[in-house]
Amino acid sequence: MDVQRKLAILADAAKYDASCASSGTEQRDSSDGKGLGSTSGMGICHSYAPDGRCISLLKVLLTNACNYDCLYCVNRASSNVPRARFTIDEIVKLTLDFYRRNYIEGLFLSSGIIRSADYTMEQVVSVARSLREQHHFRGYIHLKTIPEADDALIAEAGKYADRLSINIEMPEEGSLAKLAPEKDVRAIRRTMGRLRLKLDEAQEAKTTKAKPQRFAPAGQSTQMIVGADSADDSTILNTSANLYGAYKLKRVYYSAFSPIPDASRALPLIAPPLVREHRLYQADWLMRFYGFDVGEIVDGAAQGMLPLDIDPKLAWALRHRDRFPLDVNRASREELLRVPGFGTKAVDRIIATRRVTSIRSADLTRLHIPRNKALPFIVLSDHRPSARLLDEAGLVERFKPKATQLGFGF
Amino acid sequence: MHIITLDGETDFDGWRKAARLMALNEVKPEDVTWTVRDGEPELFAASATDELPDVPQGTFNVPSKFVELAKAAILHRNPERFALLYRLLWRLRGHHDLLNIATDADVAEIIAMARAVHRDEHKMHAFVRFREVGREHKAHFVAWFEPEHHIVELAAPFFARRFADMPWSILTPDVCAHWDGHEIAITQGVAKSEAPTEDRLEETWRSYYAAIFNPARLKVKAMQTEMPRKYWRNLPEASLIKPLIADAARTTSTMIESEASEPHKPQKQEPAQDPSLQDLSMARKPAHDSIAALREEAANCRACPLWKDATQTVFGEGPQSATVMLVGEQPGDKEDLAGHPFVGPAGQMLDRALEEAGIDRAKVYVTNAVKHFKFVPRGKIRLHQKPNTPEIRACRQWYERELAAIEPELVVALGATAAQSVLGKATPINRNRGHLIEHDGVKVLVTVHPSYLLRLPDADARAREYARFVDDLKLAAGWLRRAHAA
Repeated sequence: MDVQRKLAILADAAKYDASCASSGTEQRDSSDGKGLGSTSGMGICHSYAPDGRCISLLKVLLTNACNYDCLYCVNRASSNVPRARFTIDEIVKLTLDFYRRNYIEGLFLSSGIIRSADYTMEQVVSVARSLREQHHFRGYIHLKTIPEADDALIAEAGKYADRLSINIEMPEEGSLAKLAPEKDVRAIRRTMGRLRLKLDEAQEAKTTKAKPQRFAPAGQSTQMIVGADSADDSTILNTSANLYGAYKLKRVYYSAFSPIPDASRALPLIAPPLVREHRLYQADWLMRFYGFDVGEIVDGAAQGMLPLDIDPKLAWALRHRDRFPLDVNRASREELLRVPGFGTKAVDRIIATRRVTSIRSADLTRLHIPRNKALPFIVLSDHRPSARLLDEAGLVERFKPKATQLGFGF
Repeated sequence: MHIITLDGETDFDGWRKAARLMALNEVKPEDVTWTVRDGEPELFAASATDELPDVPQGTFNVPSKFVELAKAAILHRNPERFALLYRLLWRLRGHHDLLNIATDADVAEIIAMARAVHRDEHKMHAFVRFREVGREHKAHFVAWFEPEHHIVELAAPFFARRFADMPWSILTPDVCAHWDGHEIAITQGVAKSEAPTEDRLEETWRSYYAAIFNPARLKVKAMQTEMPRKYWRNLPEASLIKPLIADAARTTSTMIESEASEPHKPQKQEPAQDPSLQDLSMARKPAHDSIAALREEAANCRACPLWKDATQTVFGEGPQSATVMLVGEQPGDKEDLAGHPFVGPAGQMLDRALEEAGIDRAKVYVTNAVKHFKFVPRGKIRLHQKPNTPEIRACRQWYERELAAIEPELVVALGATAAQSVLGKATPINRNRGHLIEHDGVKVLVTVHPSYLLRLPDADARAREYARFVDDLKLAAGWLRRAHAA
């Protein structure tokens, strides 16, 4: 099988992993004339596929042969998809060839479990080792960590990789046991715990100037599949909050379960719940950047589900109308972050601006704040919403999207 | 009216020199016209600035943020940018905070221009596609790109840092940038026909692009927001966009409608288990389990809900022959991650105190009353929560079985939770510390938990309480010595 055919199979096998980030790592480049590549804190998306997802890394599996039979996975042992396996040199060469043409920021390598956890991890690490040590590759490397792999292999993976990840897959332990009988949530969590201890050690070594011990400077991340089991949004977000707190994850990715070739009949083969996925990301952002507690986001959500027609911050504001309207010229940063339509950047600009001059309703556009969304909740020097408006039961209708014609504008 | 002619579209130094001179001469923004020399014979032979007296001693300050914004905004293709920048400079002299007013029309515009330039620079870093000319060691990598703004010189150093070991050229209609491994050279713009039209890897790249696309989740608008159509004509993969979209619905419905095929191999067989063997092992269960067997059993404990949010059961550790058993409250953040008791800050304090009291930790069995970490997540940290009575009771079976397996001579209960578990009832520490208590045939010493010492805010109190803690441990050490001497 030629490399191009293998690539088609092994990229197809890797595409259900949503992560493609190339950000958050250390600054390095090749201007010393030895080697190839650079990274900065900011990632680069070199292309976008029509699914709206960024293509930043060469995202492939080493092999899609797998001992496990996880029902939701295209590569499960009992699936009839064609199988392929890259040699280590083939992946290394492909990565370098793509990188030189500026197609990618680096490599995201994962693998089906073959032989054993340690054998698989060793193969994955070998690719990174070759890229870093033989080819002095300084681009981004993201490696999938195999739960229960030996500590020395994990340490080596962290030495070469910018980011490591282990997918938690299901929001609930019960559904993982049912859908992925060979996977063990406890082993996944223990390994995430080990990664966090190593990340902490590397961080401490940096501050105490102890012997520098590189370990995945862009941290660890994970992914949860949404819609393959019956878990509600409240369960999903509580699991995320737990994972962020316990393992200091940089990101939890939510991946709407989507139909896969040769799928198992045990799973819902319907269009992926993309809007739900989007709402979960918004809620995740509220937890990480807007000071919301998971309880505040899901309290009052019907059947534990976030509303699909309005975003979770707006839904929260409509449930807490007594906190509004808020005087934009006086409110604290924490309060401003809770106003529907106010992003973190807009809040920063508001705070800088109001030190010098008061903010008027005509200014909202220049602050990139959607007027219709924000105005019912705020007081400005020339605007106060009518007292009636916030009490109206029909206020929510104002925000619901208008029915639009479907189409893609081609 | 003053007419200023700059040397080029990106002539920031020329703009700065002229703007400074005019501002010092109090020339109002509306009295200046800005143009760029375009290589043709000069229409305005005498540059207007020549008429202005130079004011060498005159200087004024602007915020560094203005210089930063101006350097970016001047690369914008909007011909009004020079005038906008001068107007802002003029206004800044009287109003130093002006740039903080994001709602001011001029400020909003310069911010928007600078952002558009940086976005274009970022997109150039992303969307330049090199094509290989010549092979192997003689290869030269050449790209054709059409930037929206005048950003080639701004964006070029990124490529020099990234591709330091390969010669490359980026050709554009305005200017071209070249790297020979040592320095960047800028030359005149060229026509697209000068650029190579293919590369041996492009077919492979396109096949990657097609394979990584998930047809079941079409989001064309999201793609176009980040990769606007104006860039498509220079992206080798973009030729696939239309066919992939056109085919997406069919591919997806085929996936949904096609029956799942027969699994290609039988699912793995569970190793056959001989039921009689299982029964035997149950029957042979010893009166006292080994610690290793207990640990394995406890790993799957679901006796209370704490297992759910925790990473793992943190069981006791130490030699089975230990004469002393230390019981803490529950594992903390670090213990939960590592799977070992007393390895965090409280553990370090315990180690120090044990050493001072003359007790060798390696010979002591160390465990906790509750074996899962109880906490609430607060952003990026986990806040310790005290276990409640049902949780302590649910976990007591493990303490009892550890006790039976170890048969220690002395149990040290660290803190109220441990005391409650060990003595079977709530036991105030202060009234019961400082002496040994006889309980169910075992000597028990009650003292504080080391994390209590860590929480004391006042250094004096901490030193005093630490000394008391060590004294308690010394009491245990002394009793053990006497018991063994007898």
